[in-house]
Amino acid sequence: MTNTIEDITQDSDVIMLVGSNPEEAHPVLGMQIRKAVENGTKLILVDPRDIGLAKFADIHLKLRPGTNVAFANGVVHILIKEGLVDEQFVSERTSGFDELAKMVESYTPARVAEICNIDERDLIAAAKLYGSAGAAPIIYCLGVTEHSTGTEGVMSLSNIAMVNGKLGRRGCGVNPIRGQNNVQGACDMGAQPNTFTGYQKVTDPAVVEKFEKAWGTDLNPNEGTKATEVFPAAIEGRVKALFLFGEDPIRTDPDTNHVIKALTSLDFLVVQELFMTETAKYADVILPGRSFAEKEGTFSNTERRVQRVRKAVNGPEGPQLDTWIFTEIMQRMGYDQPHLTAEQIMDEISSVTPSFGGINHKRLDSREVGGRGLQWPCLNAEHPGTPIMHAGKFSKGIGTYSTAEYRPSVELPDDEYPLMLTTGRVLYQYNACAMTARTEGLNEMSGSSFIEINTKDAEELGIEDGSRVKITSRRASIESTARVSGKTNPGETWMPFHFQDGNSNWLTIAALDNIAKAPEFKVCAVKVEKL
Amino acid sequence: MSSERKLVTVTIDGVQVEVPESFTILAAARKAGVSIPTLCYLKDVSDIGSCRVCSVEVEGSDALLPACKTRVVDGMEVRTNTELVQSYRKLMLQLVLADHGLDSTNYCFSCAKNGSCELQSLCRELGVTESPFAPEKQTPRQAVLDANPFLAYDPNLCIRCQRCVGACNSRAHNHTLHTGKRGLRTSILAPFGPDWKATECESCGNCAAACPTGAITEKRRKAYRSWEVTRTRTTCPHCAVGCQLDLVVKDDRIVDVEPAPGPSNRGMLCVKGRSGSFDFVHSADRLTTPLVKNAETGEFEPATWDEALDLVVKRFTEIRDENGGDALAAFACSRSTNEDVYMLMKMARTVFKTNNVDNCARV
Ligand code: SF4
Ligand code: SF4
Repeated sequence: MTNTIEDITQDSDVIMLVGSNPEEAHPVLGMQIRKAVENGTKLILVDPRDIGLAKFADIHLKLRPGTNVAFANGVVHILIKEGLVDEQFVSERTSGFDELAKMVESYTPARVAEICNIDERDLIAAAKLYGSAGAAPIIYCLGVTEHSTGTEGVMSLSNIAMVNGKLGRRGCGVNPIRGQNNVQGACDMGAQPNTFTGYQKVTDPAVVEKFEKAWGTDLNPNEGTKATEVFPAAIEGRVKALFLFGEDPIRTDPDTNHVIKALTSLDFLVVQELFMTETAKYADVILPGRSFAEKEGTFSNTERRVQRVRKAVNGPEGPQLDTWIFTEIMQRMGYDQPHLTAEQIMDEISSVTPSFGGINHKRLDSREVGGRGLQWPCLNAEHPGTPIMHAGKFSKGIGTYSTAEYRPSVELPDDEYPLMLTTGRVLYQYNACAMTARTEGLNEMSGSSFIEINTKDAEELGIEDGSRVKITSRRASIESTARVSGKTNPGETWMPFHFQDGNSNWLTIAALDNIAKAPEFKVCAVKVEKL
Repeated sequence: MSSERKLVTVTIDGVQVEVPESFTILAAARKAGVSIPTLCYLKDVSDIGSCRVCSVEVEGSDALLPACKTRVVDGMEVRTNTELVQSYRKLMLQLVLADHGLDSTNYCFSCAKNGSCELQSLCRELGVTESPFAPEKQTPRQAVLDANPFLAYDPNLCIRCQRCVGACNSRAHNHTLHTGKRGLRTSILAPFGPDWKATECESCGNCAAACPTGAITEKRRKAYRSWEVTRTRTTCPHCAVGCQLDLVVKDDRIVDVEPAPGPSNRGMLCVKGRSGSFDFVHSADRLTTPLVKNAETGEFEPATWDEALDLVVKRFTEIRDENGGDALAAFACSRSTNEDVYMLMKMARTVFKTNNVDNCARV
């Protein structure tokens, strides 16, 4: 996020929420958005479903899944037409506005309404409401990123904020709500094929040299392969051994058959886990690790806020701390890595990562920080951290626009697979449920697979609320239970991906976003039949 | 906003303080370092002023005034600890105790909240052990609502402070916990009865966190006594809001979670953080020993750490030396700590000699 949860829910006149269902996926943020709305903040909801917040929304654009780029380009078009461009911001802080203006010229409200399957008047009203607000954040989630055009979707949303000058101050910004608790941290820590910690580029020789010096070893100069591309590479035999630390791609990645094929193509698979997951069953070696409650450390939340994780219990006998395992492997492979405490590891991180220069456990535990964590960039011991990014200046200098055009999703409904399927989360479970399903009460609240289908489609297919149904895509068939309502538009269905008794990821497509390589979870084509 | 800025001077137990005129006597007293007991009042959640335990004397006023609801005015003189105030508070507390269904605090030891009940500790603080107001004929006990897997409401212990209603309305902003009428009296309609699934309740437990007595409780509360546990402040392991919470630990086992005032959650939690963030830690199916797959049978067999690690090292080294580092890959979990992820990343780059390292950010 460019901003904090506090300022975007307390100091905004309008909130534009795109492809995000915080009431279920990020509930405590959802509570704070409900509060904002009760206190008079207007809500523009851009989402294909009637999620809970829809009843509070001043405008709900129930757009067709996969059309976010068209929507965003349409909003920019309207902002320009309506004279809602922040000329000063655009000229002082950005470049390339003219090309952007030219590109969005053809995104007339009529055309965008057609692509997105929404009312043209609602689109205009939404653009004007956002554009004329004093302060308004754009908040988005995986509904924007999990598309074959996901990265373009994100950049197109940033266009809106830049053109309208809503960046770098309270109650504004472009705010992705990261899914899992430490996605932000995992990226910050350099678990990415193209960056070391703090987004220092693998392709920058000066950076590589710095890490070679700090670590005292030669490094591979080739940019790496992204996780979702590693599976095709495994099938082709280019990647032969994989070390999986705490992931369950068989349940969470799209196109399960494809994942299984990739894992079985490997020469050697190691899984480091708490439980015997579906994926672990395919491993050659399983190493038992430790849970968050058994270790010291830090998580970085979606606000870039580094907060402490503290050891509460010893946990079962037998497993080892994950850092101990990595260190042992390094030592046994001939690298001189001493065993370090979490605190010492953070000191090392801070020494090689400028944006973490002022972050260490001692400071996080200090009275000065007062349990509020530190938001990077935090350059040195005196630096207070950065609640709001891009104030006065973009971190990379001048802001640039995306001129990406709308492209339809890779797999659209046709005669054989006439319905669109999108996937998401429910309140009571988390991802593959490795943690939540071990709480009995949560399973009682929500423990099995279902598919939401529009009343009209259900009628045509002879499906009733509660009917058992078979769902088929080009990749697989699964069974589930129908929930019939007007929550989704006709022609569109929705499923949670948590439940193994009908996991939607057998159906989803492994088409990848052309830039960030995020899978296109949100859109694929299916047919639904009554059983 | 403007009233925030205008300052007034008040004297509380002889201490002069300058506060904005929007302040209550209670807020001013807290600023002056004078403590006034409260029961139904909960900052930003509830200020219905029903229990009168915070009553104080104000110069020029005949009646005692509730500190939580009375605004300061310039030159106000407040006394919080006179004999009159003390005896009035005791009286009010005795009334609350009677409303709580008790004629003395002798029963408290059998309650799950014993030791962390605000009513109990106030009674102790003000020296109230008995109540002359307890109904002579015990009213029939009302049924406890406890069909919800995590939450229970015992109306018999409710003191009608409505802090739970305030929590559901102005913390959770869910508006599913209401007041109703039972005869002449206010009662709480908690959505934890047999039809709990049909309510809009999200089982977040913010109401239970606000309840000063044992009326609305997390059922987990029964598993421990407040003096048996220690608390560890940490960050929720589920979503990226990063709520702060305390793991409540008894005999090296986590038995409960309590919300903590973090910057992103401000004392709130959701059902996953509150009720779903620790059972897995002590789950009987945790892996506790390294496992190596027997190539012939395809079955996993337990191995020592040395055996397992040496095998991993041998195979990764072989494959790396034969095919180069680009044939190896390592994925980090986006739910593990920064320190874990850093070390995995370092392992991949320094000894696997690969940049094929990633996390599940994209899924
Ligand atoms: S659990 Fe949460 S939603 Fe349910 S009544 Fe209590 S505060 Fe309201
Ligand atoms: S308590 Fe709920 S909202 Fe808060 S971090 Fe945990 S899962 Fe997210």
